Amino acid sequence: MSTVAAELKKTPLNAAHRALNAKMVDFGGWDMPVQYPAGILAEHEAVRTKAGLFDVSHMGEIRVKGPGALALVEHLTPNAVSKLVIGQVHYTAFLYENGTFVDDLLVYREGEQEFLLVVNAGNSDKDFAWVQQHAKGYDCTVVNESPATGQIALQGPLSVSILQPLTKTALEPIGYYFFTHGEVAGIPCLISRTGYTGEDGFELYCAAGDAERLWNAVMAAGKPHGLLPAGLGCRNTLRLECKMALYGHEIDDTIHALEAGLAWIVKLDKGDFIGREALLAAKAAPAPRKLVGFKTLERRDIARDHMPVVQDGKPIGFVTSAAPSPTCGINLGLAYVPTERAKIGGRIQIEIRGRAVDAEIIPTPFYKRQK
Amino acid sequence: MFPADLKYTKDHEWLKPQGDGTALVGITHYAQDALGDVVFVDLPEAGDAFETGEEFGTVESVKTVSELNMPSASEIIEVNAGLVDHPEAVNEDPYGKGWMVKVRLKGDLAAGLLDAAAYEALVSAESH
Repeated sequence: MSTVAAELKKTPLNAAHRALNAKMVDFGGWDMPVQYPAGILAEHEAVRTKAGLFDVSHMGEIRVKGPGALALVEHLTPNAVSKLVIGQVHYTAFLYENGTFVDDLLVYREGEQEFLLVVNAGNSDKDFAWVQQHAKGYDCTVVNESPATGQIALQGPLSVSILQPLTKTALEPIGYYFFTHGEVAGIPCLISRTGYTGEDGFELYCAAGDAERLWNAVMAAGKPHGLLPAGLGCRNTLRLECKMALYGHEIDDTIHALEAGLAWIVKLDKGDFIGREALLAAKAAPAPRKLVGFKTLERRDIARDHMPVVQDGKPIGFVTSAAPSPTCGINLGLAYVPTERAKIGGRIQIEIRGRAVDAEIIPTPFYKRQK
Repeated sequence: MFPADLKYTKDHEWLKPQGDGTALVGITHYAQDALGDVVFVDLPEAGDAFETGEEFGTVESVKTVSELNMPSASEIIEVNAGLVDHPEAVNEDPYGKGWMVKVRLKGDLAAGLLDAAAYEALVSAESH
């Protein structure tokens, strides 16, 4: 097994995770912490009630810069890039011509003619090739900054209290989905008020060589507040409770943006973009399936990712993500079901290890923080 | 981590003979550590009988589920009711409060069971 581990990619924080006795797993080719000794439940609760610190250095960063940058990013993504002011960020996607997903991503507007695109680790190479392939004819440079970039995410209600003593940048005025540049613990960072947990928090981007110093500084500052290092295990349960999509689960190259419930990132009236024709057609026709949230009715019935949704023993849909919810205390999940079965309060059946169990369709997100 | 008075399976269950033809069964420290936080243990009922290696229940953690396989052919005489409200006992005390079922053994102990040293060697090979 050690030979396999040697082939995995490592973030600049790999040694820090091992020093913290993290349990490491292969996550899309990356050697990443799934949990630390506190465990997924404790880490999940820390993020909901205090704060957790995640290594997200495996994410990919692509910088697009030049007079043609805005037009290229508009062409590549369905959200309205021209509406972003400098210092603002939004959630969007790369779509294929048929409206299905190459990936989902964040677009940061660094300048009038400069954008930072932050993509999923496992899709990073595919995404960079995708952007390069479409950049021909646009007057801009496309640079893959992933190997040179470290990223950590401080998430939870105490994030401002923990981070503010480490920086002269006033954090409170940074709005949700806005960012700025500043020093944290003396390290130059992009400070972004974003995250993948449904809590307040910051994603900090820095030079890869500074990542461990930044991590240690934030860990030390957070310790008196109950900050815990947090792994991919709780990252998944946290994002699931908030119905945030995960590539390979709620979205992939067989699911289009409207059925994924992501119409809000698709601005069909903004002008041309890749996938627009297909989504216009999809919008005009009744959607055959829909992403819904469900809970199973018995405590022993815990649905898991990719289990079939069945009717009279035949598959009519599938679970995208499911888990026992630490915050809500129920077994919940997301599933694609035929639209006529997608009503709140309706019943579906999920096949768990050969047994069809009852589940109720319930409103999403399952969890929403009190502001 | 590897109590000497237990017998072990390659699937990371343990069996503790009580000396009167009965035994306690649970999962090992290594198994609970690999599962992470246990949130539910689905167990059979007293009177149910299982062959060696047969699935007798499941243990669910936040991130995954694992089958429980009977270490040696036996009949269930008691299940650990305390796990209903405190499944975390499996993590905190896998060889004590985290026991899962008490069984009456049918015939001799299964031949494939490992002693503590052999099980420790197996775990050591799996984690390196």
